[in-house]
Amino acid sequence: MTARLLPFCADPVRPAPPTPITITVDGAAASGVAGQSLAGVILASGALGLRRTSASGRARGVLCGIGICYDCVVEVNGQRDVRACQRRAVDGDVITTQHDPLPGGDTG
Amino acid sequence: MTNDVIIVGAGIIGAACARALASAGLAVTVIDRGTTAGGTSSACEGNLLVSDKGPGPELVLAQYAATLWPDAVAALGEQLGDGFPSVEFDPKGALVVATTTAGASRLLDFVATQCGAGVDARVIDARQALRLEPDLTPGIEAAVHYPQDAQVHPSIATQALMASARLHGTRLLENTPVLGPLFDRAGSLVGVTTPGGELRARRVLVAAGPWSGQVAGLLGVRLPVRPRRGELLVTTRMRHRILHKVYDGDYVGAVGSDDGGLQTSAVVESTASGTVLIGSSRQHVGFEARLRVGVLGEIAAKAMRLFPFLAGAAVMRSYGGFRPYMPDHLPVISDDPRMPGLWYATGHEGAGIGLSLATAEVIRDLMQGRATRIDAAPYSLARASLAPHLQVGRP
Repeated sequence: MTARLLPFCADPVRPAPPTPITITVDGAAASGVAGQSLAGVILASGALGLRRTSASGRARGVLCGIGICYDCVVEVNGQRDVRACQRRAVDGDVITTQHDPLPGGDTG
Repeated sequence: MTNDVIIVGAGIIGAACARALASAGLAVTVIDRGTTAGGTSSACEGNLLVSDKGPGPELVLAQYAATLWPDAVAALGEQLGDGFPSVEFDPKGALVVATTTAGASRLLDFVATQCGAGVDARVIDARQALRLEPDLTPGIEAAVHYPQDAQVHPSIATQALMASARLHGTRLLENTPVLGPLFDRAGSLVGVTTPGGELRARRVLVAAGPWSGQVAGLLGVRLPVRPRRGELLVTTRMRHRILHKVYDGDYVGAVGSDDGGLQTSAVVESTASGTVLIGSSRQHVGFEARLRVGVLGEIAAKAMRLFPFLAGAAVMRSYGGFRPYMPDHLPVISDDPRMPGLWYATGHEGAGIGLSLATAEVIRDLMQGRATRIDAAPYSLARASLAPHLQVGRP
């Protein structure tokens, strides 16, 4: 899957001029436009893995993109377990990726 | 090709039996009208419990199975390699809680019967219970810790057992329903007919869970196994806050009940992925799989009584399954004296995941004419408690 933002001037819908926004993901800046989901901004920044599984530490990210799978949950401004695909990105959002090790497990 | 055994049903019982028989050198074909783990085995919780069983043959089978799981999990991991998903075996133990004084006295009476039967059941006080489960309700009248209980991911465990069986030479035919029996001149069952043709074997083992009665009917005999519906809720992922299998003491009564009406009791646990599974219900509704919101609401309310923080949890989905219910609450693991060549491994109700490995060893030993590790007579179709239910004309 390629995350690709259609250039504003080439968009046949002729939307209003986009408002750039910047969020941070684990401290690194990622830019997008107002109206995008967090998942859209994060994917466009090139990041695919948003968290790791508790059982084996494998990467998970945006699987369904429509709010069903809950695989893309991230911490948003201190609130955890937010689906990145369902939350509209707001300028200045602070995103922290999550990992919950198994109790007593060693995947932390 | 003639098989030694045709197994009807690719759930966990069929998969475990195929693995045990194929490992012993028998030629095994598994057929299923759907796919592997397509029925009850993927619509349950993956319980490996001794805690909910009182003294008797089901407990003996559960204790037998408990000795087999750790080695089987290790062997499956070795055989299938890192590329195969983990079966998520977790010997987490159970915590059984009573929140009423009446429930507490019933629970403690039940525990007293278990302790004489080799169950490790430790009566603990509320403070100790809260140390095991910090988010548990403080309103505890009695609590019992069962360190021997465990959990697996039921559909992955089924797939793993089937993959292992196939590596041992088992042939798997999915989307292959049984149409009818094949008999020899002496009247022995020597195979089944399917849409793809005849399949011949010296023995046919019915392991079709709640559909075993239908399969037996197609072969021409009556088997009194009925579907009993169970529903579950799944929350979204969260930090692991529930560390054991935690259930209210009423669960034992609901499982052992003959009541066809709705029974619910809270059974709550975290999965490895971080979701929380919330059960459970028991209801005779035939094969009606319609969503029952009232049942789910009752389950949720009871779960919140055990873990008040669940009031803020988001439910991601619900699912339900049909448990193979026997009128005398014991599985059938035996041949059928009415039809030579016909065998059963079914009727485990809600305990089939845990009991599968022991069931498979009993079947393997019986078919090979060897001594079984436990007395197999209580699981025979010929047992006295089933006699009234095998008569023609009985519902």
